[in-house]
Amino acid sequence: MPSFSFVHLEFLAWAAMWTAGLSVIAFLGGGLLGFLVALARVSSSGALRTAAAVYIQIVQGTPLLVLLFLIYFGIAILGFDQVPAIIAAAAGLIIYSSGFLGEIWRGCIESVPKTQWEAAECLALSRWQRMLKVILPQALRIATPPTVGFLVQIVKNTSLASVVGFVELSQAGKLINNSIFEPFTVFIVVAVFYFAMCFPLSLWSRNLERKLNVIHR
Amino acid sequence: MNYQFDFASLLPYWKEFALGVWLTLQLSVISTVIGFVLGTLCAIGRADGGPWLRGIIATYVEVIRNTPLLVQVFLVYFGIATLGVHVSANMAAVVALVVNVGAYTCEIVRAGLQSIHKAQLEAAECLGLSRKQTYWHVIIRPAIERVYPALTSQYVLLMLASSITSQISAEELTAVANRIQSDTFRSFETYIVVGVLYLLLSFVVRIALWLLGLGLFVRRRKLGTAL
Repeated sequence: MPSFSFVHLEFLAWAAMWTAGLSVIAFLGGGLLGFLVALARVSSSGALRTAAAVYIQIVQGTPLLVLLFLIYFGIAILGFDQVPAIIAAAAGLIIYSSGFLGEIWRGCIESVPKTQWEAAECLALSRWQRMLKVILPQALRIATPPTVGFLVQIVKNTSLASVVGFVELSQAGKLINNSIFEPFTVFIVVAVFYFAMCFPLSLWSRNLERKLNVIHR
Repeated sequence: MNYQFDFASLLPYWKEFALGVWLTLQLSVISTVIGFVLGTLCAIGRADGGPWLRGIIATYVEVIRNTPLLVQVFLVYFGIATLGVHVSANMAAVVALVVNVGAYTCEIVRAGLQSIHKAQLEAAECLGLSRKQTYWHVIIRPAIERVYPALTSQYVLLMLASSITSQISAEELTAVANRIQSDTFRSFETYIVVGVLYLLLSFVVRIALWLLGLGLFVRRRKLGTAL
């Protein structure tokens, strides 16, 4: 039986690129959708607020694994049989990230002091102007550290994309382990790869928190 | 879309679904309780221990928080087997979940410990409380009280994350669902049902933890502050 070698390491490194790629897709897509969700959560329309709240509850109340299965089988039902695994994986992760980012950003928007809203209103700015020119620039500062922190969650959760057959880092680890059965070595290396991707993000998030330190200003 | 939804064919499996819910609850409650104890001990060690202990705990927390649970589950399950000890998938699942949630609990409780004002400790000293009494009444309990909402969210997330242990065929709701869908070929419906069950579970767990908090932190309730 062959043992863990450079070829395997190369395969894992290649799979790590897919993990990174999927994370970027999930963050960009989830960020866009999550921004809309956050705006809906603080909108003036009650129906929109409720709809966004229900969406967040559903996304946060079901495991990502179940979400991925639902999308995978749901796409098949819609009649697209030969959909590449990356579509299902990306769709699942985008929905997942949008639910969490939406809620994080809502908190950030709401933590901008109320007097800022009132001041903007006194300046006779329209609701959109108030949002874009007064509130969001301030919310952005507050939102940066937790958003970077959530990136770590996204990277880690791409590991679940393996259940829909997407070959990323975890799935690659499983494949190698199936052929050489050295689980300890293989999964330690896989863990090291994840750590190398996530730890800098964690440090960055902590640094930003200290630097921007908006709450204790 | 010509798909015919057929939830009726899942009806005969209601007992299995119920069993899955029960198993998931068991798995999460056991992991939560042990993980809470582990995490709290780690938080105390990190605040009060020597440099070596602090270093080890800090490394443990960082490693766990920056690697996926799925990989941790694989490492525990296969790793223990490599050591020559045969454990059931469920046992491995509990170990992995405890190790995982312990790290998060440690960070949360540590934040709570840091929020205890120094004056409180001086006051405790003035009152002549012993070290043990100070720890219990002045440090730990108020700290946990303060971070209780964060802990609650973490344990709901743990309940949802326990679905990942289905990947080593630990017996819980998602594993049960995987079996049912391969029996019935009603994959979409099965996972809709399972999704709804998890949603209900997360509400129930949230309410249960909230009630537990009301019972545990009587003082705060009297003060009328938000829990």
